[in-house]
Amino acid sequence: MSDIKLELDKRKTKLEKKMQNIMAGYYIDAKMARQNNKKVAWITSGGPVEPLLAMDVIAVYPENHGAMIGASKMGVDLCEKAEAMGYSSDLCSYARADIACCTVNGGPIGGLPEPDMLVCCNNICGSVMKWYEVQARHFKVPLFIYDTPVCHTDYTPEMKRYVEAQTREYFQFLEHETGRKMDIDRLKEIGKNSVEGAQLWQETLDTTMSRPSPMTAFDAFFHLALIVTLRGTPQTLEYYRELRDLMKERSQAGIGAVPKETYRLLWDNLPIWHRMKWLSDKFAEHGACLVADTYTSAWCGIKRELNRDDVIASAAEGYTYSYLNLGTDKMAELVLTMVDKYQVDGIVMHSNRSCRPYSFGQYDLQKIVEREKGIPSLMIEADMVDDRSFSESQVATRIEAFIEMLRQRKGA
Amino acid sequence: MYTIGIDIGSVTAKGALMSDGALVSSQVCFTGYNTAATARSIYEGLLEKEGLKETSIEGIVATGYGRNSVPFADRTVTEIMCHAAGAYHLNPAVRAVIDIGGQDSKAIVLSDGGRVANFVMNDKCAAGTGRFLEVMARALEVDLDQFGTLSLQADQPAKISNLCAVFAESEVVSLIAKGEKRENIIAGIHAAIGSRVMAMTGRLGMWGVTTLMMTGGVAKNTGVVKALEKVWGNPIHVSPHAQLTGAIGAARLARVAGSPE
Ligand code: SF4
Repeated sequence: MSDIKLELDKRKTKLEKKMQNIMAGYYIDAKMARQNNKKVAWITSGGPVEPLLAMDVIAVYPENHGAMIGASKMGVDLCEKAEAMGYSSDLCSYARADIACCTVNGGPIGGLPEPDMLVCCNNICGSVMKWYEVQARHFKVPLFIYDTPVCHTDYTPEMKRYVEAQTREYFQFLEHETGRKMDIDRLKEIGKNSVEGAQLWQETLDTTMSRPSPMTAFDAFFHLALIVTLRGTPQTLEYYRELRDLMKERSQAGIGAVPKETYRLLWDNLPIWHRMKWLSDKFAEHGACLVADTYTSAWCGIKRELNRDDVIASAAEGYTYSYLNLGTDKMAELVLTMVDKYQVDGIVMHSNRSCRPYSFGQYDLQKIVEREKGIPSLMIEADMVDDRSFSESQVATRIEAFIEMLRQRKGA
Repeated sequence: MYTIGIDIGSVTAKGALMSDGALVSSQVCFTGYNTAATARSIYEGLLEKEGLKETSIEGIVATGYGRNSVPFADRTVTEIMCHAAGAYHLNPAVRAVIDIGGQDSKAIVLSDGGRVANFVMNDKCAAGTGRFLEVMARALEVDLDQFGTLSLQADQPAKISNLCAVFAESEVVSLIAKGEKRENIIAGIHAAIGSRVMAMTGRLGMWGVTTLMMTGGVAKNTGVVKALEKVWGNPIHVSPHAQLTGAIGAARLARVAGSPE
């Protein structure tokens, strides 16, 4: 057993290293774009990136950059800078960090490469629109807003018409900016890769159905980077195939991510980037494994069978029907499915000061899950990047009390 | 069999010595700067008062914010478990507990055997905590101990609408400037706390609960209890040992230390 474990652990470390290299290469390419006569677009995390790739435009993600800023604990400094510039401390900390970062080229990688254009899709929140407008003024570059109405109940025919029309406009915008014609075949190919990547990512996340779970949500937060930034590329497919196989092998060998896995928990909302290690240790210490989360599974595109032939229709639907763009009831449905699927004992909700769309329905979600599944949830108040909204001793007490309660409930 | 529970809160530290499930002796003091020394002196105080030796104590559980700075404890348990266990010990009919502590407040629902079925804690904000009361007492130049009695003399409770402790303080200051009666302001403060805490409690879905107990030092403040009762619509139980509830619960849990409760 321990030989196998050693070998698999080694492969895991190697894969993590590989991810770091891919990401480093990606950012170097992006930074060299000008020299290589390539254009750079900034795009929101849930935005339609495939058309950019089809046009050979390098896509970079201020949100991913925000996560890196958070993880390297540089968030407070940049947020304070943004506040000194006049932005409210109530503004999303990704936006604050990014806006401030541009003025000083700060952060862990000395800032993102300057954009030639901005693509903002509001399927995640409304804040991104103002944020991108600010950046469009700052860099004096064109901005395309891809407006996706909220699917309160479903993706309606009106939405379909509206978003599909925008998809066509989006293509025209890109054709205008790059001076090239959209190559639909190439786009289809990339779209196919994207769907496959999402599939592989889902399969990876699904390995946590086994007991003990071979990985935790903290692993998922780490491995997520590629599906966000490089989805649609063959490199990403290869990476996730490897990752999925590794996790499968770990689960077959009975190797758990958390020693003595006793409690299986579901995480809701963005990670608290500046406390990943601390939180991961805190849960592991009590035999609690975060087996799933609503955040990384948002990139699975699980919900819909996308019709791969009609690119415009599939893109429009896929990008509109995304987790943060759903009504609370729909979100609850997904969470309830996950509770069953991953056999979860409790939910940990990060009430995120930054992210309204994610945190807004949590009290309702909490009630629904408690009522439907009899499963308790814990609320942790924090912010994904801004460390000033975090109290270690308060959070520690809440986590410990929650585990004690689960223990009592299990014993009862 | 003697057991000890030590509850190091953010403001006060409490100790309870129990013998076969009955409270024998207790200690309360300010937590102060050196929590480890405070814990030690409580421990020694309890032993000395009863003429006991360390070897006669079979279990020690530490709880509260300073629970990790009690090196001689057998284990630590969070305040939530200890308040639940303590409240259940004081009155087995209790099915819900409200504790307003120095820096946070919590509501706990108990199952029939006195186990914790669910709990909530206040969000990261001083409103609805003991600290809020302290700040207000200072602004009003009233001894916190008199807050309760004074508020009962109000003829027309003032309206404090701000939830934020800082904003509420300036609201209080402007009420003072307007010449509002002190008693009325205090009653208004209590009403604000009452609705804040009960709103949080409501998240637990306590609709079936009939016996609610308030624990912790703030329970000594009749004004707060009355304000909570007003929102709750039923009488709230307060034990004379309210402040010791966490320590008593810890001592109870120490009985079975070593084995999971
Ligand atoms: S508010 Fe939420 S969804 Fe919007 S950018 Fe910030 S973190 Fe992302």
